[in-house]
Amino acid sequence: MRLKIPANFRIVRVPCTGKVDIIHVLRAFEKGADGVYVVGCMEGDCHYNEGNFRARKRIEQAAMILDKVGVGGERVKMFNLSSGEGPLFAQYSIEMNNKIIELGPSPIRVAKQNKKNAA
Amino acid sequence: MSNLNTQSNLEKVLKAGHIGVTSECGPPRGSDPEEVRKKGLLIKDHVDAVNVTDNQTAMTRMSSLAACIHLKLIGIEPVLQMVTRDRNRVALQSDILGAASFDIPNMLCLSGDHQSFGDCAQGQNVHDLDSMQLVQTVRYMRDEGKFLGGDDIKRPPKIFVGAAANPFADPFEIRVPRLAKKIACGAEFIQTQCIYNLDKFKEWIKRANERGLTDKTFIMAGMTPMKSVGMAKYMKNRVPGMDVPDEIISRLAGVPKEKQAQEGIDICVEHIQELKEIKGVSGFHIMAIEWEEKVPEIVERAGLYPRPAI
Amino acid sequence: MIIAEKKPIEEIIDEVKDFNRILILGCNECVTVCEAGGKKEVEVLSSALRMYFITKGDEKVIDEKTLERQCDHEYLEELRGNIDDYDAIVSLACGVGVQFAAEKYLTTPLFPGVNTVCLGANEDRGLWTERCQACGSCILARTGGICPVSRCAKRVMNGPCGGSTNGKCEISKDVDCAWQLIVDRLNALNKMGDYEKVAPIKDWSTDRAGGPRTVTREDVKI
Repeated sequence: MRLKIPANFRIVRVPCTGKVDIIHVLRAFEKGADGVYVVGCMEGDCHYNEGNFRARKRIEQAAMILDKVGVGGERVKMFNLSSGEGPLFAQYSIEMNNKIIELGPSPIRVAKQNKKNAA
Repeated sequence: MSNLNTQSNLEKVLKAGHIGVTSECGPPRGSDPEEVRKKGLLIKDHVDAVNVTDNQTAMTRMSSLAACIHLKLIGIEPVLQMVTRDRNRVALQSDILGAASFDIPNMLCLSGDHQSFGDCAQGQNVHDLDSMQLVQTVRYMRDEGKFLGGDDIKRPPKIFVGAAANPFADPFEIRVPRLAKKIACGAEFIQTQCIYNLDKFKEWIKRANERGLTDKTFIMAGMTPMKSVGMAKYMKNRVPGMDVPDEIISRLAGVPKEKQAQEGIDICVEHIQELKEIKGVSGFHIMAIEWEEKVPEIVERAGLYPRPAI
Repeated sequence: MIIAEKKPIEEIIDEVKDFNRILILGCNECVTVCEAGGKKEVEVLSSALRMYFITKGDEKVIDEKTLERQCDHEYLEELRGNIDDYDAIVSLACGVGVQFAAEKYLTTPLFPGVNTVCLGANEDRGLWTERCQACGSCILARTGGICPVSRCAKRVMNGPCGGSTNGKCEISKDVDCAWQLIVDRLNALNKMGDYEKVAPIKDWSTDRAGGPRTVTREDVKI
């Protein structure tokens, strides 16, 4: 199965989305990411029982913080699918990519660019 | 209980074996003394003493002590209600002496509704003493003639001391032991929470009788006439520690709106008549909230008028 | 442990916006356990502040450090060498740590990053509840091991008050009535006889009312 997915994102593999912490998401933005999405197993199917629930809560917190610091909470999102659902993964990737393109570059990247231009 | 400790008319009436009647008067949310006097005069001849509430439901009002003085000056005997929420032991003792200086002869000791119910929800509460310890304090000041700190009081306060009891709060099993504690602390009379559930009240007073508690204190049953079915529902659902049986609500709901107030009065009168016959009930505390003008009718119809003159 | 709660980021931003070199200082003790001011929270707050100021075109130096404890001289001394690198410190320790650091570094502005809430327990995941108010004179032996000072909204010593309904407090259906808990425990211990012992008027001089409290131990002083 060869599916077309956007080529402008980097996949960071984790053993379980329960490993993803708020700071990982925030650092990605600090380093210039325009969006972050986390793809976990279906809720209720976590091998560690609660990993994907923990991830969801952390993504919500990250979104809240991003809102408060002017980056925008809508740039981060959690998706759930099961391991066999490749087409769904592709669909979510396209959906997220379109959303980020619509939102434009992250204010952090814009600010860094402005600074570089001024220098 | 025949020796009188104070000049209180309420004490005299109760100790002479009559059924006592008290009512209450909430001070105004303003400084007009006329409002206090007006309410007092409405009920003056139908009660032995008038409770003056102390910032009830934690809404800021004219001070209970000041309102008591206004009543006292026009010949109405007040019962000074005092809550431990707003004053520490210095202020409580000081106000007790202030009340005694005007010969206010009765006091009801309470913990008070939590301030979150009132208009100063962000305020501190004090609760240096609790209600039982306040009872102990007044008795100590009166009987030992001393301050809590141990110094002698010149002209100790001669005050007849009461406490509240709620037969309906939880847990029910400790409601009578709690009454016993209040009596052990020195409560000479007890005014109860509004009674609507007569069966539960009778069970409570039966247990109090069995322990001999009703021989050690005068229990005055709390009565509040319902103005409407809306009020009954509110009391049932929203007021903590209140037990309003469904039959009261359905009885009020069963009459047209304009007749509900009268029905509420009727229920109140019937309840008094029924409870009058119960051993251990020494009197009635009729709390007609912002409806003081109805107290004379209730007292008369319940067969409690005229009040004994002693 | 001491329970604290993160202050809103907006409030912290407002405090530090005029400083350029800021240290976010965590504490490895209680505030780490209650997830308000440990290493993780230091990282998140620092990152959030950096992003905020970058987007405002006002890039600042925001460093991170978490001490073993902020309520002990020896750990706070670790800052001594670098303290002049900073215009301001945001301490995520409880009120004790913030003050101790302030006393030590007199000329460095210090801001609290958490609200210190109470002495409590980790009752459930994401739920911390008060158990003690440090009144300085413990009465738990007489109240079935349940504290009416910290758990009764009116700190009634001879309770429950008339507002106790279905085991809950009059202030909220979500708050347990401390005296219901006390009665339940006395029942479980078969000690309901103790219920009728009147609790004496409490000596509050060991409480906040008596002024700042100290414990002096001559036997361990050197």
